[in-house]
Amino acid sequence: MESVSEVEAAADRLAGEAGMDEDERFHVTMAVREAAVNAVLHGNAYDPAKQITFAFENTGTALVFVITDQGVGLDPDTLPDPLAPENLLRGTGRGIFLIRSFMDEVHFRQLHPGTELTLVKRLAPAGDNT
Amino acid sequence: MALTIASREVDGVAVLDLSGRITLGEGSVQLRDAIRDLISKGQKSILLNLGDVNYIDSSGLGELVSAYTTAKNQGASLRLLKLTKKVHDLLQLTKLYTVFDIYDDEASAVGSFR
Repeated sequence: MESVSEVEAAADRLAGEAGMDEDERFHVTMAVREAAVNAVLHGNAYDPAKQITFAFENTGTALVFVITDQGVGLDPDTLPDPLAPENLLRGTGRGIFLIRSFMDEVHFRQLHPGTELTLVKRLAPAGDNT
Repeated sequence: MALTIASREVDGVAVLDLSGRITLGEGSVQLRDAIRDLISKGQKSILLNLGDVNYIDSSGLGELVSAYTTAKNQGASLRLLKLTKKVHDLLQLTKLYTVFDIYDDEASAVGSFR
């Protein structure tokens, strides 16, 4: 889980440097953390022989985070809806939902093996942050 | 900051004062153990004070749900007290706000168990 903390700290730093307000910074950091946890826990299934990679960039108009794992792959379309009444009391299954809620774009790509998850948070145009 | 849990009793209600983060590897297990400990001792009324919980992730949310269902299945009742804005917003987003009984002040929360 050390890698998750490192990814989380990097995302928080990038969001802070981009001038995001506290709420946005919290949302971005949380989404990236959830993605990293998914990669370690569900993707790589805690296998120490498998790695996750993390890359991030401020393009000037958006923050882009790319996280990969070496697991068996994930089909996001098969995930149960955590807001459905029959799923509300489930103890798991909210991570991808939170990521989608907090980011502007979320893209999954199958790597065979592994999954690449790209998260995009658009930045407010210059002048909108004041 | 990892999670710290302090336990006290008010008018027969077990109040757990939580402080810090409830996340995978940082609090989820402590919370689970604390709830199970109370239930194993026959406690039927449990109030989680989340006033000092500044961060909770999807695992933490899942742990709250598990605590709720564990209590309910054992004939106990688990309610929440004093949500921070971040936790409140997350419970609304995930519709868990509709699952829990949530209170802003302790006296009302304790009284609700009578």
